[in-house]
Amino acid sequence: MTETADSGMQSAGIRIRRATAEHLPHVIDLDARVTEEEKPEFWQDIFDRYATRRVDQRFFLVAEKEGFDGILGLIAGEVRGWEFGSQPCGWIFAVSVDPNERQQGIGGTLFSEICKEFQQAGMSTVRTMVRRSSPLHMSFFRSEGMMAGPYTQLEMHLDEGDSVPSRI
Amino acid sequence: MQKSSRLAIYALIELASNPDRQISAAEIGTKYRVSSHHLAKVLLTLGREGWVQSIRGVGGGYSFTGNAKRITLFDIISLFENTSTACKLDRPENATDEEWVLFDVSKEINEISMSTYSSISIATLLKQVERRQVSVKKVVETVKN
Repeated sequence: MTETADSGMQSAGIRIRRATAEHLPHVIDLDARVTEEEKPEFWQDIFDRYATRRVDQRFFLVAEKEGFDGILGLIAGEVRGWEFGSQPCGWIFAVSVDPNERQQGIGGTLFSEICKEFQQAGMSTVRTMVRRSSPLHMSFFRSEGMMAGPYTQLEMHLDEGDSVPSRI
Repeated sequence: MQKSSRLAIYALIELASNPDRQISAAEIGTKYRVSSHHLAKVLLTLGREGWVQSIRGVGGGYSFTGNAKRITLFDIISLFENTSTACKLDRPENATDEEWVLFDVSKEINEISMSTYSSISIATLLKQVERRQVSVKKVVETVKN
């Protein structure tokens, strides 16, 4: 564990720390409430890969507060590099805040902490990919200062019949 | 982006960053090198949305009355431009495959623009301005030293 996440951050009683096995049920519960889909195997796998191995380059952080049963939020990411020539950078692939605890700066604190981790790992850029139609995620990352980068996401339907959406 | 949309965004940035001041259209116009007459028309539209209010008389001017975290670029642009992503093909029932393919490319670009505008609030723009000012200051100090 690095000093930042290990020591935690006190901001309005909010503490940021690395996820432990004890947090896993709360992570699954939070994600299920936000996405309306319970994914225990997915989060167990994420926990195994991002909270227990290569933890100098993989970060799975949770926000908690004394007296609060569960976690306030989570953020997960890793150092990624050399995808289509990309220099190594910090990559965030999950962020979530309890719907009842939003507008208190928890997401911003989690983002700030994982950025510090990436910086300590030698990274100077942080990236993510979010659904364009998700104003919550788009607005959040924008408000933290993220902008369009030099890469763009592309996709295609593997079923040929789905390839002419405008005419259907 | 059309000129009226840009003026509206400049005006809202200016007013939201000075919440305790009444600012005249002429003052905003001078800063952004635009006609205060055109700006006054734009401010009238913003007033109808409840985002600004005007106070007449000596020391009067415009002030920000909206929620900077809630007003997005999309909301502002929609007041002055057609932001619909609906099909604009002429007689789509007769359109060729080539026309549909080009339409898909235009639609993709338009959707990216609209989702970007929707994700940026006045508050986010203000933060971006502050970050830029800090960066510029650092560069100037580095050059000086």
